[in-house]
Amino acid sequence: MATETPLKGFIGESIKRKEDDRFIQGKGNYVDDIVLPGMLHMSILRSPFAHARIKSIKADAAQAVPGVVAVVTGDLLAQHKLAWMPTLSGDTQAVLATDKVRFQGQEVACVIATDPYVARDAAQLIEVDYDVLPAVVDPYQALEPGAPLVRDEKEGQSSNHIYHWEAGDKAKTEQAFARAERVVSLETFYPRCHPSPVETCGIVADISPVTGNATIYMTSQAPHAHRTLFAIVAGLPEEKIRILSPDIGGGFGNKVPIYPGYVVATAASLLLGKPVKWVEDRSENLISTGFARDYHMKGELAVTNDGRMLGLRVKMLSDNGAFYADAQPSKFRAGLFHIVTGSYDIPAAHVETDGAYTNKAPGGVAYRCSFRVTEASYLIERLVETAAIDLKMDPAELRSKNFIRPEQFPYTSATGFDYDSGQYEKALRLALEKAGYDELRKEQAEKRKRGELMGIGLASFTEVVGAGPGKHFDIAGLRMFDSAELRVHPTGKAILKLGVKSQGQGHETTFAQIVTEELGIPAVDVMVQEGDTDNTPYGLGTYASRSTPVGGAATAMVSRKLRDKAKKIAAHLLEASEADIDFDHGKFFVQGAPSKSKTIQEIAFAAYTNLPDGMEAGLEGVTYYDPPNFTYPFGTYLVVVDIDRGTGQAKVRRMIAVDDCGVRINPMIVEGQIHGGLAEGFGIAFMQLITFDEEGNCLGSNFTDYLLPTSWETPNFETYETVTPSPHHPIGAKGIGESATVGSPAAFVNAVIDAVAHLGIKNIDMPVTSDKIWSALHEVGAAE
Amino acid sequence: MLPAPFEYSAPETMDEALDLLDALGDESKVLAGGQSLIPLLKLRFASPAHLVDVNRVAELDFLDEHDGVLRIGPLFRHKAAERSGMLASKYAVIAEAARQVADPIVRNRGTVGGSLAHADPAGDWGSVMLALDAEFVLRSKRGSRTIRARDFFSGPFSSALKSNELLVEIRVPAADGRKGGSYLKLERKVGDFATVAVAVHLQMDDGKVKSAGIGLTAVGPQNLKADRAEAALKGRALDDATIKEAAALAAAAAEPKADNRGSVDYKRNVVRVFTERGLRRARERAQGGA
Amino acid sequence: MGRSISLTVNGEMVTADVEPRLLLVHFIRERLRLTGTHIGCDTSHCGACIVLLDGVPVKSCAVLAVQADGRQLTSVEALAAGGKLHPIQAAFKQEHGLQCGFCTPGMMMSSFALLADNPDPDEEEIRWALSGNICRCTGYVNIVKAVRAASAQMKLSAAVPIPVGAGS
Repeated sequence: MATETPLKGFIGESIKRKEDDRFIQGKGNYVDDIVLPGMLHMSILRSPFAHARIKSIKADAAQAVPGVVAVVTGDLLAQHKLAWMPTLSGDTQAVLATDKVRFQGQEVACVIATDPYVARDAAQLIEVDYDVLPAVVDPYQALEPGAPLVRDEKEGQSSNHIYHWEAGDKAKTEQAFARAERVVSLETFYPRCHPSPVETCGIVADISPVTGNATIYMTSQAPHAHRTLFAIVAGLPEEKIRILSPDIGGGFGNKVPIYPGYVVATAASLLLGKPVKWVEDRSENLISTGFARDYHMKGELAVTNDGRMLGLRVKMLSDNGAFYADAQPSKFRAGLFHIVTGSYDIPAAHVETDGAYTNKAPGGVAYRCSFRVTEASYLIERLVETAAIDLKMDPAELRSKNFIRPEQFPYTSATGFDYDSGQYEKALRLALEKAGYDELRKEQAEKRKRGELMGIGLASFTEVVGAGPGKHFDIAGLRMFDSAELRVHPTGKAILKLGVKSQGQGHETTFAQIVTEELGIPAVDVMVQEGDTDNTPYGLGTYASRSTPVGGAATAMVSRKLRDKAKKIAAHLLEASEADIDFDHGKFFVQGAPSKSKTIQEIAFAAYTNLPDGMEAGLEGVTYYDPPNFTYPFGTYLVVVDIDRGTGQAKVRRMIAVDDCGVRINPMIVEGQIHGGLAEGFGIAFMQLITFDEEGNCLGSNFTDYLLPTSWETPNFETYETVTPSPHHPIGAKGIGESATVGSPAAFVNAVIDAVAHLGIKNIDMPVTSDKIWSALHEVGAAE
Repeated sequence: MLPAPFEYSAPETMDEALDLLDALGDESKVLAGGQSLIPLLKLRFASPAHLVDVNRVAELDFLDEHDGVLRIGPLFRHKAAERSGMLASKYAVIAEAARQVADPIVRNRGTVGGSLAHADPAGDWGSVMLALDAEFVLRSKRGSRTIRARDFFSGPFSSALKSNELLVEIRVPAADGRKGGSYLKLERKVGDFATVAVAVHLQMDDGKVKSAGIGLTAVGPQNLKADRAEAALKGRALDDATIKEAAALAAAAAEPKADNRGSVDYKRNVVRVFTERGLRRARERAQGGA
Repeated sequence: MGRSISLTVNGEMVTADVEPRLLLVHFIRERLRLTGTHIGCDTSHCGACIVLLDGVPVKSCAVLAVQADGRQLTSVEALAAGGKLHPIQAAFKQEHGLQCGFCTPGMMMSSFALLADNPDPDEEEIRWALSGNICRCTGYVNIVKAVRAASAQMKLSAAVPIPVGAGS
């Protein structure tokens, strides 16, 4: 390793991460690392059935096991009005089942014991008498008359239908289809998958019987929102609740919802007066916590024969499982799915979606995704590939022909999004150039003559991230702003406190760099604090790529507030007029006399020691930032695959990723986010699947069955950038945590389809496994 | 996931181990590498009353070849098999299988004998031993017996091994002359069990097949030996037509079940494709080898 | 039920009474309070719990604590010696080979064993050797880079201190 020249951390500098020193020395502090005096351990007994009435629960034998302190059942919780809790989508969810179980793995009872092994032993001794009911696992079947009713406890709920939601202009869209020369259609299923961070979810709830103070350590991507929800759900006074979200071992949306285990552990701590720890095992994580996707989609594109897109029509059915618990803005039943027109200038669009209850785990979390934008991006990019096949056009050319052009921004889409900025053609061209697209097409043609299968897949995605604005977007009623509090100490060092919460994204470095840029304090001198609700300003948390767009904007704005005050102090120190003071890279100087200057450190000292008359002491402030709009990151991904006709295996030979997330604060971290997102997109495209048998048994309940790619399967990634700043973001950044997971699955699948489309194969649903590819080839007589 | 309680013994000699197994009978379970057993204990799919840990029985860990027999100790670890130069040069099927068992870290601990005794139909070693026409020495306090690999497996996770017996030695007829082998495994990712795998071991003499062994993984209730395919190869020149014929017979011998890994047709086809490719690879090795 | 075990942990002798069923990973985390070793799955797929036992990397969730009796155990906490980061640790930071940090100790222990065995692995060898570890954040690209960088650094500095029990 070459020694690097020391960098201060201005925007655009790839400084090394401040958080890494503790992680590489095994000194991270995750929830499972927390041990409190007298701490008890909780184990959950879960339902083996997908649908069954509970006739009785007998806990005597469990209660009698030495070391068992308590057994908690739904009936006990019901006495405290805690047997049910609200979901993030305004539905209710059972904390512990009282009437019946509605999915395999549902929480039925909990054992609290002095030792986790003992808690597990005792949980096995709880006898539950079930009356097994027919289960419904397919959302279409769930909507048939006579289907088993999942939510019979809900007043007025006579079917499994949850909601109907529409976006766009139906009449205008119908007109577009009426005059289309051709209609391209694709029915596809974005299967259920699971975020599966390597750390599972967990909590240590510690409620003092003396003070009533509730200190809750939990794997939370949104600690402030969770504090408020805890106050509402558990009826605890909010000022006495302190949520501490320590280091988080990956979240990806999995750690946004409140899970029954959190509620029971908290209730148990309250009842027993002792700290209670519950950390899921992997099976619990996979079978009961927030799944993602599970969207059945039918898309139709009205086009002219020369490939001009006229209209887009989408019908969807969402499988929400037993409780409607989508983590998304409350007014948007299908999240931001209506961004489905993607990167294309499609004059008319209409989206219709329905949700259905089934006997499966609840969830609908935004897995590395901004509220269903992943499903939308997948559908449009797959649909464009289908159109290219139907029209016999090159898929790059078809995209190019329909892109929203740079001069059209700000652009209002047919479903009402106001796109901020974009240069789609530029990103596409760069990807084609880096891939050597024309050469690849030649190679493909030659291989095809020899009977070899090679495919080139493209996706030119547009994302929508950074929610709010708060007037339109809220989570459970809480407006989607975010916050930053900055205090500069007398010695010129600072502490930045944020409402967002890193799960590995590198906030301690990236947000310090925003302060460096705006105030000139070296990033190394800015301590970033998150995840402690007593000591950070209120915010909605980290998910949907909103930290940099919203929390980052708040950081820039609060820094500017301090800079304004610093200017006044500089004017005082330099005996100049405030209007004559300029700022550049941490120095405040008199215009035209740059030698007459003061550093931010000198000014910070003066803020506590030598103030102008009448000025308040200190150099600190707080900003709550309500974004005026979303940001719209975009890019083009290109994948090259080779397919083995004998086994159906698709081997990804190359993956080229061009991302435009606006201004890159720390390019190293940005690139790392892209790598990670691409690997997850790869996993989703090829292997990550949660599925169920007809009885509702989950067939992806541990890592033997729920497959995550290792270093061996995962391809190398070639990453490139274009930079189109967001015009409304204070530093022009757009957010990057999720683009790659949003955009890449379609590129992988398109590559596979591109390899076999000439044989008449137009769709294979994800995960695109070798057996599915082989079967498709076999059907058309093209398999070895 | 936490195991239920059990008693534990860690004998240091084979006799001690056999005494324990004899005394404990069905209550006991032998713990070798533990890479299948310990996860099963954690999931509480298995809850034996007493674990007899044989990891300290040094006399069970060996590899040698003499008097026309390759002898493998049951405690021989996958990683050791992966690293053995002798196995790589003379028993390609073993070396190639070894590097595909589970994942690189699990291979440090998992053992050949433990895997065979576990008798998972998706286990790799059973097919390898069937292809090599191996014999297993099973010993109890009361004596020892030798059983051919083809008679050892009796169904999913079941074998001829009795609860008071220990698999103490694997015997493989030593390879000589021109020999080659291969182990082709289709897995969905590293660490996954095989969707299908095919083990091939060939001995050539004067351009003709002196003996051929073909074992099939994960396409039946147990590891399968493709007898008819083997017979079809014996004494014949290994041309493409012969290879195709044998591959078709191997595919016919497979009894796969449809599951998340693929359909019956798919798995049967992979058996055919892998048998073809495996025979070609083994042929190349036999031609290249001494 | 309890059994007495004695082992060397990161160079220090430790004696403890354990239930036979206690998993080594729980012994390390709960009893020794060495929380750098993590748990990420139930089925020994993720590799977050990898430690060295007599210098050989093992998944400590698939080993019983009693099985470590008399052995030498090395965990991530021993990588840095005398206040100086091991080249593998330095390289993971330098090359941004970690994000959430949860898989990182296991990754570094696997990398350590790889480099002890093969001081100059190419990309394919690294990807193969680390395929018993799962990372959800990095996409592996920078982990591969980190191991390459560590390899280069370790070749330069002849005498890198090696934790107890190394060399399989």
